[in-house]
Amino acid sequence: MDAEAAKTLGMAIVVGLGVIGPGIGIGIVVGKALEAIGRNPEASGTITTTMFIGVALTEALAIFALVIGFILKFT
Amino acid sequence: MDIHVALAPEHLGTFFGIPVTNSLVMGWIVVAILLTVGFFVGRNVRLIPGKVQNFFEMIFEFVIDYMESTLGSRALAIKYFPLIMSIFLFIVTANLLDFFPFIGSIGIQHEGHFVPLLRPMNTDLNVTLALAIIAFFVIEITGIIMLGFLRYGSKFVNLKQGVMGFMVGIMELIGNLARLVSFSFRLFGNIFAGEILIAVAIAFLPLFLPVPLMLFETFVGVMQAAIFALLTLAFIKIAISEPHESH
Repeated sequence: MDAEAAKTLGMAIVVGLGVIGPGIGIGIVVGKALEAIGRNPEASGTITTTMFIGVALTEALAIFALVIGFILKFT
Repeated sequence: MDIHVALAPEHLGTFFGIPVTNSLVMGWIVVAILLTVGFFVGRNVRLIPGKVQNFFEMIFEFVIDYMESTLGSRALAIKYFPLIMSIFLFIVTANLLDFFPFIGSIGIQHEGHFVPLLRPMNTDLNVTLALAIIAFFVIEITGIIMLGFLRYGSKFVNLKQGVMGFMVGIMELIGNLARLVSFSFRLFGNIFAGEILIAVAIAFLPLFLPVPLMLFETFVGVMQAAIFALLTLAFIKIAISEPHESH
């Protein structure tokens, strides 16, 4: 396996594995937020903004994997 | 498939010894736009607002009310409003400019390859890191001013509650430092990934596929600007809350 193939494979593996956890996490975050809105529809505004903060924090992990993938592949 | 990806911004030249990159030019354009809009809106402030003034007042009131409900006091909200709103407006203007047709397509030939004159501002890690450093120092200094150096420090170096309390304090310290990384990489990664996604889409299906993706990336851009500002606000809130005493 030459270096270029290894880089491409490395990017594919790091992104593929890196998005599993955040995917599950965002699912849980949004699911719980919807549950909360279902229980208390009046508080939906606060819950939605808090949910977006949680989604952003979780999603950052997937983005880290993506950035590391880019660095592996393109530098 | 030929996709050109450059992680670092390209140098266009030097200005009094300072290297000028294409994302720096873009940053100054964003500043110029914000200054112009601010100047013309601010000059015509009236007691009975016109349409433009009404629009801005509506946004500012919404933001300041939200900040008041988060921080718990109107005075604090007014104190931090300029910073939070500037962060939001700066990032959102830069992200909305990303898909204008002249960005990335007008350029110069330099040493045999094409160098675009403008590059979306947030696809440069230096910009997002600078914003993250500003947010980081504002958060930490706010904590020190509001709680005092020793009480704020006791969140991180906790000697009263044994080994467990000490470890929790160290974790808190590492978590605070990691905000620099997560702030900058979140914004950079989202916008940069969007650019690459669109480059790939253009290589596959040049006529139709990029349009819905651009719409989605515009939404992502606005969302990320809001999240950067919201997280700064939330971390300021955490910084000014009292350290946990032993009960």
